[in-house]
Amino acid sequence: MIERLWYGLRDSLRLWLAPERMRAEGTTPDYRFSLANERTFLAWVRTALALVAGGLAVDQFLTGMRPAPRTAIAVVLLAGGALCAVRAVNHWLRTERAMRRGEDLPLSRFPVLLALGTAVTALAVVAGVVLGELGR
Amino acid sequence: MSAGRRPRGGGAAGGGAAGGGPRGAEGAVRDPAAQPERTRMAWRRTTLAFAAVVALLARGTVHDGGPPRQYALAALGALVWLVFLALAHRRIRALDVPRPGPLGTRTAYAAAVCTLTVPISGMVVWLW
Repeated sequence: MIERLWYGLRDSLRLWLAPERMRAEGTTPDYRFSLANERTFLAWVRTALALVAGGLAVDQFLTGMRPAPRTAIAVVLLAGGALCAVRAVNHWLRTERAMRRGEDLPLSRFPVLLALGTAVTALAVVAGVVLGELGR
Repeated sequence: MSAGRRPRGGGAAGGGAAGGGPRGAEGAVRDPAAQPERTRMAWRRTTLAFAAVVALLARGTVHDGGPPRQYALAALGALVWLVFLALAHRRIRALDVPRPGPLGTRTAYAAAVCTLTVPISGMVVWLW
């Protein structure tokens, strides 16, 4: 597990630092597949932006909550947005490379983590709002 | 591939692939599948989503009437949005050819950096 994580990390780093090397590999796929990958990348960027917007909204609109938990939730959402943006590029690069090499597309646990994280944060917001109302 | 198999003439590469008309000797069987157009609209959507985030930043500043660093945050957000807009514009123009090339890694990095700037600067300002 640790070993796989380490290899994955090293691989990603290599890909990040020398992305032009990827273009030298394999063959250029049908442009439609590249464009589809690009749209997926943009969809992830929008997901990142949505998380950031959620963080800003929590900070601005949940005024019934105490400042400390409110800022905590907002920061978690912003951090999630940042993570999403980084992963958007990473996944785009890996998919691009896999298509050039004719390999299977990379699998990822990230969507599951994101779903769980979103659910937990949503519950935290609900708890915050309810407790804020009760404490009034 | 359901949406990708609609038979279309070579020249009618999606209503939005501006200019229209036959381009080069591509042959009539080429299947444009509106892919460049869909990608163009994806860039537009993303720019719009970014604009919404910047609007929220501006609202926070105006509403709180907060410290100067709040203004700096909103200004920075507006600036990176403009950069993103420029990137999207350039990419959209690059898509307006019969066989668009793949997205450049630099454009992808730049788009991600623009997106990253907002949450990172936001966290810095809040946790200061």
